[in-house]
Amino acid sequence: MTDFLLELLSEEIPARMQAKARADLQRLFTEQMTAAGLKAGAITVWSTPRRLALIARGLPAQTEAVSEEAKGPPEAAPDQAVEGFCRKNEVTRDQLEVRDVKGRPTYFAVINKPGRDTQDVLAEAIPAIIRAFPWPKSMRWGDASASTESLRWVRPLSGIVAIFGDDLVPCEIDGMTSAYDTVGHRFHHDGMITIGNADDYVEKLRACHVIVDHEERQNIIRDGAAKAASDAGLELVEDEGLVIENAGLTEWPVPLLGAFDPAFLDVPEEVIQLTARVNQKYFVCKYPPNAQDGGGAPPSAVPAATSPSLRDREEKLAPYFVCTANIDASDGGKAIVAGNEKVLAARLSDAKFFWELDQKTALEDHAKKLSNIVFHEKLGTVADKVERVAKLAEWLASLEGTGLLRANPEQTKQAARLCKADLVTEMVGEFPELQGLMGGYYAEKEELPVEVSQAIRDHYKPVGQGDDVPTDPVTVWVSLADKLDTLACFFAIDEKPTGSKDPFALRRAGIANLSLWHDNKLRGSHLKVLRQAIAIAAEQMPTLKERLENLSKAAGVSENLLKRAIDREAEELWGFLVDRLKVQQREAGVRHDLIDAVFALGGEDDLVRLLARVKALQAFVETTDGENLLAGYKRASNILKKEGAGAVRVERSRDTDEGRHGLSTSLETNGEGLKPLSYTPEKAEKTLIDALDAAQPQVTAAIEAEQFEQAMTALAALRGPIDQFFEDVTVNDDDGAKREARLALLARFRNAVHQVADFSKIEG
Amino acid sequence: MADTKPLSFQQIILKLHNYWSDRGCVILQPYDMEMGAGTFHPATTLRALGPDPWNAAFVQACRRPTDGRYGENPNRLQHYYQYQVVLKPSPPDIQQLYLDSLVAIGIDPMLHDIRFVEDDWESPTLGAWGLGWEVWCDGMEVTQFTYFQQMGGFDCKPVAGELTYGLERLAMYIQNVDSVYDLDFNGNGVSYGDIFLDNEKQMSAWNFEVADTETLFDLFNKAVVECENCLEAKLPIPAYEQAIKASHVFNLLQARGVISVQERASYMGRVRDLAKGSCEAHMIKNGWAA
Repeated sequence: MTDFLLELLSEEIPARMQAKARADLQRLFTEQMTAAGLKAGAITVWSTPRRLALIARGLPAQTEAVSEEAKGPPEAAPDQAVEGFCRKNEVTRDQLEVRDVKGRPTYFAVINKPGRDTQDVLAEAIPAIIRAFPWPKSMRWGDASASTESLRWVRPLSGIVAIFGDDLVPCEIDGMTSAYDTVGHRFHHDGMITIGNADDYVEKLRACHVIVDHEERQNIIRDGAAKAASDAGLELVEDEGLVIENAGLTEWPVPLLGAFDPAFLDVPEEVIQLTARVNQKYFVCKYPPNAQDGGGAPPSAVPAATSPSLRDREEKLAPYFVCTANIDASDGGKAIVAGNEKVLAARLSDAKFFWELDQKTALEDHAKKLSNIVFHEKLGTVADKVERVAKLAEWLASLEGTGLLRANPEQTKQAARLCKADLVTEMVGEFPELQGLMGGYYAEKEELPVEVSQAIRDHYKPVGQGDDVPTDPVTVWVSLADKLDTLACFFAIDEKPTGSKDPFALRRAGIANLSLWHDNKLRGSHLKVLRQAIAIAAEQMPTLKERLENLSKAAGVSENLLKRAIDREAEELWGFLVDRLKVQQREAGVRHDLIDAVFALGGEDDLVRLLARVKALQAFVETTDGENLLAGYKRASNILKKEGAGAVRVERSRDTDEGRHGLSTSLETNGEGLKPLSYTPEKAEKTLIDALDAAQPQVTAAIEAEQFEQAMTALAALRGPIDQFFEDVTVNDDDGAKREARLALLARFRNAVHQVADFSKIEG
Repeated sequence: MADTKPLSFQQIILKLHNYWSDRGCVILQPYDMEMGAGTFHPATTLRALGPDPWNAAFVQACRRPTDGRYGENPNRLQHYYQYQVVLKPSPPDIQQLYLDSLVAIGIDPMLHDIRFVEDDWESPTLGAWGLGWEVWCDGMEVTQFTYFQQMGGFDCKPVAGELTYGLERLAMYIQNVDSVYDLDFNGNGVSYGDIFLDNEKQMSAWNFEVADTETLFDLFNKAVVECENCLEAKLPIPAYEQAIKASHVFNLLQARGVISVQERASYMGRVRDLAKGSCEAHMIKNGWAA
């Protein structure tokens, strides 16, 4: 068993690509070995900015010999065919065997493939791996690039080390040949290093100031940065992403502490942190708890302890940073620190300039410039969007009803009008990820009500599942209005998500909208809100209004064109949101088919109530009663489907307007089957009638009271009678009157169940 | 750097000229047109096309009207200099050549932290892109290093390596000054500010406030028409000059704030069409296959 070392030397590989490159290298190597029938022991992959390395332990010296058989032509075939077969399989005619195949003598060739030297397999595998390497972006270079067919790599590939045991694996790709030689650290080591085998690779590189193991470099950075901070009485703000990135930028990492002028701490700390992290890849430091004046900074340098802030700054940022150099500098890093301090100071003075400049203009005036930014070519400018959001937010805040958040409509409108103003500020221009946050800070500086500045800051939330969901009423309404407007408008111009395409992130907006309703337990009709959002958009944009009216015309509507279109759009959007709900609730273990079952009733557009119904239903269908009732329902439903007539009569009321809006709990169909019987019912038939008589009013009352568990309990009482009915009673009786009455009874049973959910949607 | 007097601004340029001249480069003078970056210089753009080897180095004045700060910002200028090196095909030791040039202007790589940090380059107005890095010296970007992959929409065959040094930044670093205007220009008492501060003030005012926008729109349209005229006459070099002109006028219009966001893309598209058209004509005129 022999170890194999592969190193692919390259000009600097982007840090962000290295993790995937390691995984790709391991995968491609394993695929090549598997294809050749070789199995390696442990495989290790490493990366630095200048190299990808792989060590495969315990490879056999040879692949195993294989014996294969090929069936040839019949013995009677013309010579030409037989010779062709021999050529193809590289055997001579006298080596062929004749065997009987279904009574016909047929030639067979037995091909013995001897084991191949692993060395040779590797020599072929290496160029194949290099050519197949899936870099996110790759390039051509040098003389060879005169042809567009030349080798592509992430940056110029500059060397290949390939050693099997102590032997070179000779291979060649685009004029580059494998060797024992590699390079050390770019500045610490001149000339080439000769590697002997997989075992001396790591240490030989280390001697030349290259730590090839990325995890070791990460540890050095993580621990070294923390130590640099704590040596100065500070605490490092941990950032694993930064650890990995810096490890991807260095072969010999040296964390160094630097400082900046405390005067910059006037700038919001998020800005400082972003400047340091994104632009410079520095860690920031904070003062440890209860040590506000510590860390060597003069007490006067700690600013703004009394200034009110949007955030509770329990841990204050300290005017220090840690950078990661790639060199043990000859002066111990003094010049490097001085240089980095200068760069950060220039960056921070830009940020401070933006921070102060932005404040010279009121948010209200910033907001006016939003009319220069197109939101979408069919949906006007961002200023237009803001106007819609403000109208909708004010309307939402003024909604009367229980289960709604009371917010000051004036404040809500103000917050909505200003919520996008920071998009035109210099700071957000520089750091787009600070949108919202900066607006909040500027609003605070203008001494706007805290509800308003909070809403401006947080109205983008929640961004993705797991993000905080706002709870402050003004924020909730502004955030909702923003998302509802986006959803309503893009649906109205038919820019809906399809398949994997969702360029306007409508699915995310949908889920955010649901979280806001759900987490704040907001009650009320979703359709009404959606209709309002669409109506506001149609009122503002004549082309949109016209489009909606034309849709109605195309659908054959002749009056109330706009209203009917808005109704339809709202229904569609609600359906989309319910689909999102299924995705969102999956993690919470809520079954999507049960959401469908409740949704299919129509008329249920109160999200909180819908979920309560679904959850009660889920608890019920997972009991034995529930399962059996479902079985009974399916049987009844099948019979009704087969008989057709009964179904039509029962379904009728669901298509009327009353059936669709409000709650269809009254179900006029209750009474429909109650014609007096012209015959004496059988015992089980009578029991079912009695049970329905008793259960139906209970179910209705429980649903009206939103006591969904009670509704389920009432339904459960039907389980015994329906089972018994199917056991004892023949529905399809020869007597037409009996048959009709029993079908009606089954329809009544089905209707009773439908008061809770459309059980036909339930799986299993 | 500590003991000896650091290089003046013009000495840095002279050192780089000597360095690249010694390595076989043609030392060119700046192009006599306003442009936003040294990449626009025909010695970069047009020479990046076709199979012929080309090694050149030159200083190019760059004009970015929107970056003007009336001489009040120590780091931002609407007119500054780039030192541009084009090596085609890109030599195998191009990184080392570049690092040695830093040593030549007094940057000791054992004392400073020099790093190649991913930075892909794309110029929508030139229909060009490449992969490379920004080179950091102690955390400061001092050079843009690019392997051109496409120019004017055409694959570069072979690929050229482009080095763009930010001269003012490098000089501020080497001289350890905090404001560009404090740079020692000639080592003999003349500062960068002595030469350019008034220029920045006046040009910022003109760029942002005074430039007559009707004239600019007119210039833009005339450059477009003239470019097409040149293309019709199969004269790619003058056509490309008109593309450079249109690009700069577009930048001025941007600074005047008269191009809306909606229009921006369409103006850029028009400039790109001119640049691409010129590149295409250049390819055809030289008989190079795409």
